[in-house]
Amino acid sequence: MNPTSQRLILPLLLAALLAFPSFGSDFYVELVAKTLVLAIFAMSLDLLVGFTGLVSFGHAAYFGIAAYAVAMITPKYDPASLWLALPAAIIAAGLAAFVIGLFVLRTKGIYFIMVTLAFAQMVFFLFHDTNLGGGSDGVNINFKPDAAIAGWAPFDLNEPGQLYYFIVAALVAVYGVLKLVLRSPFGRVLIGIRSNEHRMLSLGYATFYYKLAAFTLAGALAGVAGFLYAVLSGFVTPELLAWHQSGNVLLMVILGGMGNLVGAIAGAFAFTAMQEAFGAWTKHWQLAMGLAIVAAVLFLPGGLSAIPARLKRAMTGEEK
Amino acid sequence: MREALLVAEKLTRRFGGLTANSNVNLTLERGTLHALLGPNGAGKSTCINMLSGDLPPSEGRILLGGKDITGLSNHQRSRVGIGRSYQRTNIFPKFSVLENCRLAAQSRRQQPWRVFKDAVRDPDTLARAHAAIAEAGLAGREHRIAGQMSHGEQRQLEIAMVLATDAQVLLLDEPLAGMGSDESAQMVELLKRLRENRAILLVEHDMDAVFAVADTITVLVNGQVLESGDPDTIRKSPAVQQAYLGHEGADHV
Repeated sequence: MNPTSQRLILPLLLAALLAFPSFGSDFYVELVAKTLVLAIFAMSLDLLVGFTGLVSFGHAAYFGIAAYAVAMITPKYDPASLWLALPAAIIAAGLAAFVIGLFVLRTKGIYFIMVTLAFAQMVFFLFHDTNLGGGSDGVNINFKPDAAIAGWAPFDLNEPGQLYYFIVAALVAVYGVLKLVLRSPFGRVLIGIRSNEHRMLSLGYATFYYKLAAFTLAGALAGVAGFLYAVLSGFVTPELLAWHQSGNVLLMVILGGMGNLVGAIAGAFAFTAMQEAFGAWTKHWQLAMGLAIVAAVLFLPGGLSAIPARLKRAMTGEEK
Repeated sequence: MREALLVAEKLTRRFGGLTANSNVNLTLERGTLHALLGPNGAGKSTCINMLSGDLPPSEGRILLGGKDITGLSNHQRSRVGIGRSYQRTNIFPKFSVLENCRLAAQSRRQQPWRVFKDAVRDPDTLARAHAAIAEAGLAGREHRIAGQMSHGEQRQLEIAMVLATDAQVLLLDEPLAGMGSDESAQMVELLKRLRENRAILLVEHDMDAVFAVADTITVLVNGQVLESGDPDTIRKSPAVQQAYLGHEGADHV
């Protein structure tokens, strides 16, 4: 999408999201809320895959760690404070990404994919096989975090409608942070690394530290998504950190078109829509989904975000 | 006495049992162009890789302005003023010429923590990128996509990027490779201009160009310095004629 059409379309999309609860049913409001959480998750991964050229196949680890952080910080019979639980979840995810990044960023290419997966599986089994977070059964979050500051509550996350708007606000905030970062000198270096890391080194950039910072930031933002997921579903299981989840979010980024934040959001919606549509049609929905994804990759290189440019080319009859 | 910027002392590099460079001594002085000549496999690339920090030497040391920089990696060497261009064009092909050079200029004031700064509008970085583009003779082509330019233009861009980093020592690996005669002549003029206030090491196969611009020539054969001196000395050296020029001459006869 070119910048001008983005400037027109984005406010429209936001308006649609804001208006949705007034005509969508409760089921669909929750489904859209869940999709928005996945969209935040996909955007955080796109910073690595699409903008820095780091294909992480273990991004669910940071999503899941943040979700578990909410579960662990919430007392059994009381809600946790939002202003404690949210930063704690983000910091836990960011810290894990920082530490894992120190190791995985020493590898490149296919090895990077494998090592990120290996670390994520380690985290998966840490939660799956120990009693740290309820083992393989997972753990309930009995109370959603409380937004009260000194007795005054600006909003209430127990209200589905208010939680929905909180998630929309988080989506806008994460989008804004990523846009800002990508426009800054730091972001331009990441894009340079994706294009030609060796040249960045010979120009004087210590690329390892840039990649580590990007990996940490992506982990922390995946933490925002993990936090919201835990709050929305009220239930955390080791499946959140499993490689399926890492694969799903990678598919969302690829479907939407790598290196495009709006594309990542579109990818999350397309993925959920396919899951719902194929799920209603057949119990072998994963087979249909797989075929649809293969078709998308074959016939739509560049993903959903490449559609506007393709349409424009088709209408003006321009050759590629 | 000219100012010696980069000094390499007894550089040696082994790859397993193969000694690619053995006891190579080189001095790059400000205001001069030092050419490194030698047949294929003589160790020129190994030598330039050691100077740029892409390859650590097995033995020997490298001094920049008297300070030992042997332990610095490639990005650290760039920060202290050693710029390098590559034999195979090494640019950001999808970026514009300006963005290629702007990224190079930004490396001098990286400020990664300034998240509210719009990188592509930073006046200081832009000014240095534009100056480098003009100096390399690419003015007016700032908005061309680097990968779509001619081979010669890409070689010029490669040099513009090095200039945008304010490098005082330029290590240029075959900048004339694959260029037509017009482009070559332009590049030779550019090298002459660049030499005025910098130290340049030129690795090049084009003999005419080397003898036209070099102040000093070092001939490398089998990883060792065969001869080093001004172009006249090299041209008259029996050892060089025997090992290199004579051999090549014999091919043509």
